Amino acid sequence: MSATVGVVLFPGSNCEHDVVEAVRGLGGDARLIWHGAESVGDVDAVVLPGGFAHGDYLRPGAIARFSPVMAAIAAFAAAGGPVIGICNGFQILTEAHLLPGALQRNRNLTFLCMPVEVEVSSSRSVLTRDLAPGQRLTIPINHFEGNYTCDIATLEDLKADDRIVLRYVDNPNGSVDDIAGICNAEGNVVGLMPHPERASDALLGSADGAALLRSLLGAGVVRAL
Amino acid sequence: MLVEVGLRPGIANPEGATIERALPALGFTQVWGVRTGKAIRFSIDASDEAAARSQVGELCRRFLTNPVIEDFHVSLAPAPVPA
Repeated sequence: MSATVGVVLFPGSNCEHDVVEAVRGLGGDARLIWHGAESVGDVDAVVLPGGFAHGDYLRPGAIARFSPVMAAIAAFAAAGGPVIGICNGFQILTEAHLLPGALQRNRNLTFLCMPVEVEVSSSRSVLTRDLAPGQRLTIPINHFEGNYTCDIATLEDLKADDRIVLRYVDNPNGSVDDIAGICNAEGNVVGLMPHPERASDALLGSADGAALLRSLLGAGVVRAL
Repeated sequence: MLVEVGLRPGIANPEGATIERALPALGFTQVWGVRTGKAIRFSIDASDEAAARSQVGELCRRFLTNPVIEDFHVSLAPAPVPA
């Protein structure tokens, strides 16, 4: 059987079809979920894709957090459902307090759009469960606000609980402790700035992101059984 | 009301720093501590100023700012003239 991934479409999302195609290319099922929906429906995992939800007005994710579907996603996550936020989706998850910290403007106020190398730091998330710590992946980033920050106590908690999922090999944006992705205490909610769906096939320059999405599909299947 | 939102002290404000570095070229050599942010202006119905400030404070903490990286300053501004 294959997992069904619900990809949330906010007004201003722009990576939703890329995620759908990448998931289908890996043998999974995928469907879009409108941000105004009261339920995520019968899905095994949820992805909040990249883009500019609600125009990024006020702050990235600040208004998306109040979209009706977010209450359903919080409930889905609380029940153990896998929830992934990619780029703008990561920003939304922090604003919604489903993940700690915040994403501020990149160091030097530079918009970044390029492939970067990241290293798997933890295998205890639904996105990295099939990967080994130390494994390196080349995946594109494409963001202005990707400079992860949090208070010192939060950072110590993230480290102590092995919740830093991905780290940049050569920090491009000033993120504290080279953080490219983190997860919640249970490992089922993950936010990351790199776009695995844009590295899901060798034709795109790298298929390294497919390994992350395969982990997610595997986690979705386990949940569905 | 006028809400000014800025980055918390200690959080780098490269935009402000860049403006500050440009000022001497214009002869403004005594300006320092430049910080940029945003201003949000709105009207509110409340029984008195204290009640208005209390509501706006909560609005700022829950929505207008991200307390992880931002802080805010609230001041009373003259009500806009109705269009």
